[in-house]
Amino acid sequence: MNDRFGVPLGGSRMARGAETLADALRQRGVSRREFLKFCAAMTATLGLPHDMVSQVTQTLEGARRTPAIYLEFQDCAGCTEAMLRMPHPTVAEVVLDILSLNYHETIMAPSGRAAEAAMTATIEEGGYLLMVEGSISTKDDGLYCCIGGRTAIDILEEAASKAVAVIAVGDCACFGNIPAANPNPTGAVGVRDLVRGVPVVNMAGCPVNAVNLAAIITHYLTFQSLPNLDRLGRPDFAYGERIHDHCQRRPHFDAGQFVERWGDPGHRSGWCLYKMGCKGPQTYHNCPLVEYNEGTSWPIKAGHPCIGCSEPQFWDTMTPFYRRLPEVPGLTVESNVDTIGLALTGVTAVAVGAHAVGSLLRKREEGDIRDRELGEQEETQGTVEEGGNDGQDRD
Amino acid sequence: MRAVEDALDIQIPPNARLMRNLIAGIQYVQDHVIHFYHLHALDWVDVVSALQADPTATCELSQTMSTWPSGPGYFQSVQERLQTFVDSGQLSHFTNGYWGHPAYNLPPEANLLAVTHYLEALDWQRDVIKAHAILGAKNPHAQTYLVGGMARAVDPNHQAALNANDIAHLRGLFVKAADFVKRVYLPDVLAVAPFYLDWAQLGGGLSNYLSYGEFPQSDTLSSDAPGNLFLPRGIILDRDLSTVHPVDHNQITEYVTRSWYAYPDNQESRHPWQGETSPNYTGPRPPYDMLSTDDKYSWVKAPRYDGMPMEVGPLARMLVAYAAGHEGVQNTVNLVLNQLGVGPEVLFSTLGRTAARCIETVVVADQLLAWTDELAANITRGDLRVHEQDHWEPSTWPREAEGWGWHEAPRGALGHWVRIQDGRIANYQCVVPSTWNASPRDAQGQLGAYEASLIGTPVADPEQPIEILRTIHSFDPCMACAVHVLDPDGREVVRIQIV
Repeated sequence: MNDRFGVPLGGSRMARGAETLADALRQRGVSRREFLKFCAAMTATLGLPHDMVSQVTQTLEGARRTPAIYLEFQDCAGCTEAMLRMPHPTVAEVVLDILSLNYHETIMAPSGRAAEAAMTATIEEGGYLLMVEGSISTKDDGLYCCIGGRTAIDILEEAASKAVAVIAVGDCACFGNIPAANPNPTGAVGVRDLVRGVPVVNMAGCPVNAVNLAAIITHYLTFQSLPNLDRLGRPDFAYGERIHDHCQRRPHFDAGQFVERWGDPGHRSGWCLYKMGCKGPQTYHNCPLVEYNEGTSWPIKAGHPCIGCSEPQFWDTMTPFYRRLPEVPGLTVESNVDTIGLALTGVTAVAVGAHAVGSLLRKREEGDIRDRELGEQEETQGTVEEGGNDGQDRD
Repeated sequence: MRAVEDALDIQIPPNARLMRNLIAGIQYVQDHVIHFYHLHALDWVDVVSALQADPTATCELSQTMSTWPSGPGYFQSVQERLQTFVDSGQLSHFTNGYWGHPAYNLPPEANLLAVTHYLEALDWQRDVIKAHAILGAKNPHAQTYLVGGMARAVDPNHQAALNANDIAHLRGLFVKAADFVKRVYLPDVLAVAPFYLDWAQLGGGLSNYLSYGEFPQSDTLSSDAPGNLFLPRGIILDRDLSTVHPVDHNQITEYVTRSWYAYPDNQESRHPWQGETSPNYTGPRPPYDMLSTDDKYSWVKAPRYDGMPMEVGPLARMLVAYAAGHEGVQNTVNLVLNQLGVGPEVLFSTLGRTAARCIETVVVADQLLAWTDELAANITRGDLRVHEQDHWEPSTWPREAEGWGWHEAPRGALGHWVRIQDGRIANYQCVVPSTWNASPRDAQGQLGAYEASLIGTPVADPEQPIEILRTIHSFDPCMACAVHVLDPDGREVVRIQIV
């Protein structure tokens, strides 16, 4: 019973007026040990060295509830659903508690003017974290997405004006995603295309991985700043390495063992999905390490190719999802395109070669942004893996 | 998927059919519970009033309704936590709620019970939906659906495929899912409903209900002849439960008379195979306060069946199943009606919509283990197929093909129409549940389901229109669209109401 959601049963009356995360956790029956475990897992997910655990812990212990506004524009609420799955059983809700989430259309109690008043009051006070889900329509002055008679552009501009930072939640808010897919009828763009003068972090993915959303909020509350970002505005702790670099099916890629048809012996044996269209080699995301739904699974583990959902314009650049076609942008050099085309005929060795070239090109393109020493990378990977498992609850 | 499978005449293998049933089934269960506790309960439950509750009395109330574990100290700890939260002065997503509104009827004890289960459901939903990750990689946005089957390999002798370990995990999650539904969700609905029986007379709206049916139980299916469906396909007209009318998708057209789109030659309506989505905004330049329903006023088209507006969703599905003689549905509906001491006529209402969603959750949650067992039995027979292979390559397709796909999403009938030419999509149109329910008027001026359901709704305080929220939320609107619609439309409806 007590474990069901961490509320202490009778007898342990708690002091009122708690304002920090640690206090809130204690009040809810979360032990000191569990709290430290959470801090360690968060530190690891953020890609921070292990000796930062105490700093994360101290900061969370002293954290005040930061006000937050969550806006939805051209979205499907999938990232909101992801937010509801934020991982650690007790902490998921506490993350909502340590923020005062004063405006969120889907889950808030009031509607209409009362809801708008809650947002207006929060903006007037300033000092809030702004989270945005969904793309913003810009064509024809943005009239394709209006809420309460105001355009998304107008609402975003006002809400961003006094925000301390903006978290673009999911691929729509980062890069436009489905609404921006060709022919982009509403002129949909991401937050970073519009907001200036306020730091914006892109939490890409369709939807965002709840683990990473929890991590970025914690990072902000811990350091009052945003983590290292790549040139696309995505934090390195979640998007610093490719799916392919940590894929559990990678040994089969290296061994030339590929799934050829759905349900064939290779598919049942967990072989590589590259020839079924996997975009893991081109996609920067930590899915293989943190997985989804508290470490239950992730697409490649469950037998489906990566579709590159954390990359900009992936509906245009990563499709057809089940083909490695010559048109796949991102591999723009003619000779390389030919090589990839050959790979489709099933010549494994060529596929491996083409992949290597693709990786090199990509790495060169990323250039100095991803310029890290190998040893440092390995150290981070080890920590993340350990921490990821540590914080997850397998049944 | 089903649209393309229909166009190409693909029969998916049994394992794929069963995995689809399981993914859709647990989606119903999880989604309906989230809807009730996290998107709808605050329309009925006054969170602040829970502070006045006697934890011992709350415990007694809980124990009269259910065997779900509880205790006075437990409710006291929840109350203390709530008190701390309120004392902090930062009310988060409860800020500016309509607390203390005269339309809240529950006693404090019932409010505390509901708030407690609001919190429990948050944890429960995160756990049970792991079934989606087991079968389909992740939730939200499962990534496993293929035209022709599923990408989840099954093989009891491989660690990377769905094996006995996964089946056991699924069984555990489904037991947990059904337990919560029967011992928390259903008792809570039965506990809350008697305080709001006036809402059994309000919010009925349209009198026509459409369900495409869902959960195929046989392996030969086409979109027009889907075989044996666990929840049947059909139409109820004029609230007459004596007859279930068949569904013919050719009768579906979409009007754009009051929608910001244009069809060629000023046509008013089109079948989705000929459908177009060409924006034609004629409204005021934003910012604006009001939209006129005499002009175009919505980005939602107006779908009609044989010219008639339809309500879709759990109520429609339960009415069709009830009328068609579905034993599980009839038993559960009768159980709920008997407990509340009311007749089936109360189903055509806001409260009926909310109750039907709960009834459906009970019925579907009960079926998940049966489908799991069927999947296990099929694998045991040595059938490891998850995908129909013959039509994967576009080179095998006819030069031209067209099909339609159907699904009963948790919030209602979902249809997709596709035309394929030369291996490519020539046209694709979706008519989603909230398109039916949030539909604007058509060429004949007929109201959509939301609009019709708000007629006659009393609003005590137009600044705090909780009564409108109750009815709109009872449809489980697609929130991403609905809140955008609600504000301007809500005010509009209030105005009409007062006039």
